[in-house]
Amino acid sequence: MHELVQAVTVFVLAVYIGFEIITKVPPTLHTPLMSGSNAISGITLIGAVISTRVDNPKLATILGVCAVAFAMVNVVGGYMVTHRMLDMFKGKR
Amino acid sequence: MTFLIDIGWVNLAYVAASILFISGLKGLTHPRTAVRGNLMSAVGMLLAVVVTLLANGLDYQWILLGAVIGGAIGAVAAARVQMTQMPEMVALFNGFGGGASVLVAGAAFLITADPNAQTTIATGLSGLIGAVTFTGSLIAFLKLAEIMPGRAIGFPGMKIFNAVVGLGALACVGWLTVDPSATVAYWIIVAAAGVLGVTLTIPIGGADMPVVISLLNSYSGLAATATGFVLMNNVLIIAGSLVGASGIILTKIMCKAMNRSLTSVLFGTFGPSADGPSADVVYGGRVKSTSPEEVAMLLENAQRVLVVPGYGMAVAQAQHTVRDMANLLEARGVLVEYGIHPVAGRMPGHMNVLLAEADVPYESLREMDDINPEMEQVDVCMVIGANDVVNPVARTDPQSPIAGMPIIDVDKARTVVVVKRSLSPGFAGIPNPLFAADNTLMMFGDGKKALQELNSALKDV
Repeated sequence: MHELVQAVTVFVLAVYIGFEIITKVPPTLHTPLMSGSNAISGITLIGAVISTRVDNPKLATILGVCAVAFAMVNVVGGYMVTHRMLDMFKGKR
Repeated sequence: MTFLIDIGWVNLAYVAASILFISGLKGLTHPRTAVRGNLMSAVGMLLAVVVTLLANGLDYQWILLGAVIGGAIGAVAAARVQMTQMPEMVALFNGFGGGASVLVAGAAFLITADPNAQTTIATGLSGLIGAVTFTGSLIAFLKLAEIMPGRAIGFPGMKIFNAVVGLGALACVGWLTVDPSATVAYWIIVAAAGVLGVTLTIPIGGADMPVVISLLNSYSGLAATATGFVLMNNVLIIAGSLVGASGIILTKIMCKAMNRSLTSVLFGTFGPSADGPSADVVYGGRVKSTSPEEVAMLLENAQRVLVVPGYGMAVAQAQHTVRDMANLLEARGVLVEYGIHPVAGRMPGHMNVLLAEADVPYESLREMDDINPEMEQVDVCMVIGANDVVNPVARTDPQSPIAGMPIIDVDKARTVVVVKRSLSPGFAGIPNPLFAADNTLMMFGDGKKALQELNSALKDV
């Protein structure tokens, strides 16, 4: 129970920070915001990594490896495409 | 689980990663700091992953295999994608995020001996949200890439079907909680949610896509959060929540920009109302067609020009031609700005990215609420491939399906030039009296071709 309350605390605070920051993102950057936050949601990658421990059931490792691949698409693709887009947003020279 | 280093250091690294994610998002609040913000966020991700790789007993060969495959797919996709294809790309990536959560929660469930109620509920929710995100995003991708028809698709009894499947999935979460050994219940949840993702997304058509992508974006974050509750891992909870919050805010902005509630986008129908005026009544021989030469003369004598782009500009890939036109006009001392409606295009900020690709400086892009009060000072407004977002009916006819939707008031400019293939209606399916207004000229044709002709006419005057 104690552990759950702690996790919920972290969750609520993170959502609050998220709202505070994201409302300040200007509409012109909404597409990079989506692709960049998408890359962040690839954080599942660390969950995928620890599913592949050698003493785990084989099926868990297989699921874990697929999850690593899925999450890596998100992380690598998400950060790269966001960088590509943001690079194009230039001010007046 | 043990690590090669003290667990305290691992958790500290996760805190640092979370701070980097938050600062990275903060960087996105201004175009100048955005590139650095994205890099900070990427460093945070790298840190979190490297530390996790220090866990004891990992199967590195398998991890490497998955990482190389996924990384290569992501890198190639990111490098090759056209800016006009960004909506479908983001939809697809959302889906992968949801899919990863399903798999991780499934694996965690196999590993955990004797899970408590909290873990099983989190596992069930992770599978549920993840699977809805996965299949919903795939459908959104297929629709946006036009592999599947973009219009709304439905069948009789769809809402009841969805309710039954959804409740069934929730019942399985309950089953899992009562009997954590029932692995099959988890996969039933995933299958049911997968079906639900499809049936919830197929009835959503064209111009409502910005809402759906934003919502799926939010789900992909919430799925990661649920996985965080399964593994009791703070960085997953924090990162997932940030994404969840971001998606929800974007969803809200998109709904507000269409004056529709989220429930009406997801479950309602949106189409031409039978009692609205017909196209013949609205247009009735009052539509004036114009030529590129005539428009070139008009623009020549203008001091202030506003370009209002819509999805049609993306389809015609006309953003570079628009920029060429602006360059020609700016060389003659004309002030050229761009009025961007929040839901123009197929995802939030779609037009901004296209114009940024064409080297339009972000200072020239004006938001709807910002430009509307100045509309009377605009000499020529060029509407390029936009329709519903400039339809004055939204202001004037309370019976219209788009009544109350905030629009860019282009009809208040001195002269309006609409570049469009035909008089065909937009997504709302209603005629647009703007096209027949006294101050409107229609330049019929493909956006890019028409503008190229206009540009060569501009060079001649």
